Amino acid sequence: MNIIVCLKQVPDTETQIKISQDKKSIEESDIKWVMNPYDEFGVEEALRLKEKFGGEVTIIGLGPKRVTESIRTALAMGADKGILINDPALEGSDALGVAKALAATIKGMGFDLIFTGQRAVDDDAGIVGITLAEFLGIPHLPVIVKIEVAEDGKSLKAHRPVEGQTLIIETGLPALITAQKGLNEPRYASLPGIMKAKKKPLEEKTLADLGLNPSEFGKGASKLKVIELTPPPQRAAGKIIDGESPEQKAAQLAKLLHEEAKVL
Amino acid sequence: MAQGVIAIAEQRDGEIRKISYEVVSEARRLADSLGQGVTAIILGAGVKEKAVTLGHYGADKVVVADDPRLQTYTPDAYVTVLEQLVKENDPAILLLGASTQGKDLAARLAARLGVGMAQDCTQFSIENGNLVSIRPIYAGKAYAKLTYQDSYPQMATARPNVMPLNKPDTGKSAQMVDAAFTLDDSVMKTKIVDIIRDESGKVDLTEADKIVSGGRGMKDAEGYKILEELADLIGASVGASRSAVDAGWRPHKDQVGQTGKVVSPNLYIACGISGAIQHLAGMSTSKVIVAINKDPDAPIFQKADYGVVDDLFKVVPALKEELKKMA
Repeated sequence: MNIIVCLKQVPDTETQIKISQDKKSIEESDIKWVMNPYDEFGVEEALRLKEKFGGEVTIIGLGPKRVTESIRTALAMGADKGILINDPALEGSDALGVAKALAATIKGMGFDLIFTGQRAVDDDAGIVGITLAEFLGIPHLPVIVKIEVAEDGKSLKAHRPVEGQTLIIETGLPALITAQKGLNEPRYASLPGIMKAKKKPLEEKTLADLGLNPSEFGKGASKLKVIELTPPPQRAAGKIIDGESPEQKAAQLAKLLHEEAKVL
Repeated sequence: MAQGVIAIAEQRDGEIRKISYEVVSEARRLADSLGQGVTAIILGAGVKEKAVTLGHYGADKVVVADDPRLQTYTPDAYVTVLEQLVKENDPAILLLGASTQGKDLAARLAARLGVGMAQDCTQFSIENGNLVSIRPIYAGKAYAKLTYQDSYPQMATARPNVMPLNKPDTGKSAQMVDAAFTLDDSVMKTKIVDIIRDESGKVDLTEADKIVSGGRGMKDAEGYKILEELADLIGASVGASRSAVDAGWRPHKDQVGQTGKVVSPNLYIACGISGAIQHLAGMSTSKVIVAINKDPDAPIFQKADYGVVDDLFKVVPALKEELKKMA
């Protein structure tokens, strides 16, 4: 079973976000970059399926050179090879642009399954994976917490929680799955794994290598355009509730929620 | 020339979901500032009668796509039908709800139409005749104001519980239209083979009006009992911080925060939650925030409208008793 995992490098979730001078992007100077947490579940699931069915796991990242580090992490976990799509013309591309570059990379590679994270924790949109499936003409199964691949490796059932219920979805392969927390517990890269990863193939590709026209990418070609980024709205200072005892404080809180906030 | 606003409504088991009315209400406001009309589209099986209510919230026209294969949502069938209906109606703006279904449908539909789509927005406006969408990014650590570039329809999803509902007017009746479309079985590559219903009867956190949430301060899984009791009394859903979920005290689906659910209830009661940046990111659009924590320096108090510095194991049961008295 040949599996592709697309990964994105994002600021660690501890990061304080600072908006840059031009108000169109964020300050990147103090950021610790990590593999998007939801993509890690995809990498782990791909490795488990490979262990069961054999085949190869290919990692595809898109972005500047620093993304290599996250691809190496996935290789150290056990993936076989990596591809980095790195082209300055991609800077500022929207989801459609990113998915187009990924699709061009994947077309022609034989594969049974593709994993992406259900969303990236930077732009929180969850669009690229689904768009990639559309461009490749394959079904997608979104926000999945459990996968059961049939013994013959030709179809699978996936569990998708939605509000108040879990849908069990069946599909034939190839298909694309977007991974949700709960799918598995990702392994840590072992020291021998890290050593081995250094020797694994990691290819870099530009848009020209993919036969794509750079003018169709980047800010200029984006359908969605950033007017500005702003800090979150400030909340008014709150009240600390006085009282001699927990009971008194609870009584005061109940009164405020009822009479002032009018939420109870 | 693209014109008008389309709101895509959502049904589950034949019942119109609240998010649909939120989306129609917002569509009405945007259409009014453009001086244009609102068309609601709903897909399902036998939902026409219930779909009349979409008119009460502001739809001028309701297009109903009725087919047994549309009873339960699948992206394959829904996108195939909606592509036809959207192209036929040629709207300037296309809005959906950012429910689990809406976010998924919107992403694939935008890809099919080749247009830009702003996901999970908290505010919309019209500037120079065009849609401007505002959405939280980095789980709310920043907000992005977005516009569209040579991209029609201008497409977006609206975060549940954020867009104000119009007052329903049963005197208003929309023009009801049966949609004509083609749907070939060959496009349906995924199939729902089973549905496991959550028996708790609780509203999902993303749509909950009230949430009682617990963190590391709950000490163990047993500690959540008092939160469950308070939640039952006030009709709230129970949430948890990441550390509580990682400790195995609560299931993943209860996690609020940057790697969990982003919630916008009217009331969020945080108990024993210190307020790590990732948690704050997931709940800071809540309307009223209450924090109960022993540690007066806990960052959660910076976000709270009402703070109680004390032992939650004493405050929460006392709060429950007080609220019982008031009821």
